[in-house]
Amino acid sequence: MGPVVEVRSLKYSYPDGTEALKGVDFRLEAGEGVALLGANGSGKTTFALHLNGLLSGSGAVRICGMEVTPASLAAIRRKVGMVFQDADSQLFMPTVIEDVGFGLLNQGLAPEEVCERAQIALEQVGMVGTGSRAPHHLSAGEKRRVALAGILALDPEILVLDEPTTFLDPPGQRALSDLLRNLPQAKILITHDMPFALATCSRAVFFHDGSVAAEGPVEEIAARFGWGFAAR
Amino acid sequence: MRHNAVDEWSRGSSALHRRAPASKLIAAAVFLVVVATAHHHLPLLACGWLGLLLWVTLAARLPLGGILSRGAVVLPFSAVFALLSWMEGAPGIAVALILKSYLSALAVLLLVATTPLPELVRSLEAARVPRFLLTVVQFLYRYIFVVVEEAAHMRTAAAARGGLTFRAAADALAVLFARSFARAEAIHRAMIARGFDGHFRPLARRRFAPPDAVFLVLASALPLLVRTVGEVLL
Repeated sequence: MGPVVEVRSLKYSYPDGTEALKGVDFRLEAGEGVALLGANGSGKTTFALHLNGLLSGSGAVRICGMEVTPASLAAIRRKVGMVFQDADSQLFMPTVIEDVGFGLLNQGLAPEEVCERAQIALEQVGMVGTGSRAPHHLSAGEKRRVALAGILALDPEILVLDEPTTFLDPPGQRALSDLLRNLPQAKILITHDMPFALATCSRAVFFHDGSVAAEGPVEEIAARFGWGFAAR
Repeated sequence: MRHNAVDEWSRGSSALHRRAPASKLIAAAVFLVVVATAHHHLPLLACGWLGLLLWVTLAARLPLGGILSRGAVVLPFSAVFALLSWMEGAPGIAVALILKSYLSALAVLLLVATTPLPELVRSLEAARVPRFLLTVVQFLYRYIFVVVEEAAHMRTAAAARGGLTFRAAADALAVLFARSFARAEAIHRAMIARGFDGHFRPLARRRFAPPDAVFLVLASALPLLVRTVGEVLL
């Protein structure tokens, strides 16, 4: 079985001329967990946005064997589930259950099945009983969990999470890493949280100035770039 | 995060909160028409209608003072027109303007204070109100709290550094606008990522049960009864 994500020579410049990606090569195998490390502005999020066609640069991006093109976008977006950095931007529906079911309804599923799958996803993230609540009534950590539920409900083959531990307290972080470890999907985690990366990923890719500077085991990469714990 | 009081009230559990939004929407519309088309003995009729609205407020376990004061938000606007009418020698019209606008505001306030906005929006959608308009309302409702919270954070940050001057407030407003614009892009991106194709699909529709029908008949008949009795007896 081939890689679920294969990226070759990906380049992207923003409309203002900023060169964000300068030829990125990347590979992700089924079920694998990879942490994307690197300084702010090094191109991690820009790279991730290419994986389900939200940005389109030059080079090749293949998801589960499919080239990312305008014609394949709908199928690609069923394969790649993205949890964005700011949960408030991801939770746009008036109630939790409607938000978690949003993607499923867009896939054309019947409301009964949508409700059932949304409830299961909420249960997975420990948010049972919150379906009728308004997202603006949730705490920051709860919003993040609901945002994840909205993606898990879609049962994608690849999960892309941008700074998933932001606003989560330590028990919440532990619960999330336990949950992610037990999920069968391939995972790409953009994070600065090294204990979290160590707990959930077997490999790290270090971005520097729009390119992949190095990749390897998480501990090794963290040590090499001084990306470990803060000095006392 | 601080919640809007009316938003909190709308999530109550009284019998009125449990009624189908459509029944409350129609009852409120009937009330507005009955009030707007009344021309005689207005002060006395207004007492009857106000009594009805107060009774509904208490039945819905809503704070009387909060409802009465929030309903008064329309008075500065209607007072201007009332004053003009008074100056033109039509005190009857001036009084009618004040009474009708206040009663109408109270009725609409009771509708939104007993019905969560998402349900109200769905009900309006079923009534064929243009979807684009409702989408704007839905997003405004979702993000007004986020924008208000961002503004509050900026105000706190400014206060921590010596207070918010007029110029700093103007700059903060510009920043808030830029942030809202960036957020709109991020929201659009998140919607596209989950397969949004421009159409919101409803998850569930509220059924219209027999108690809703009974409520609708009573709530529509009572304001009309007040008016009929008032006009016949006086």
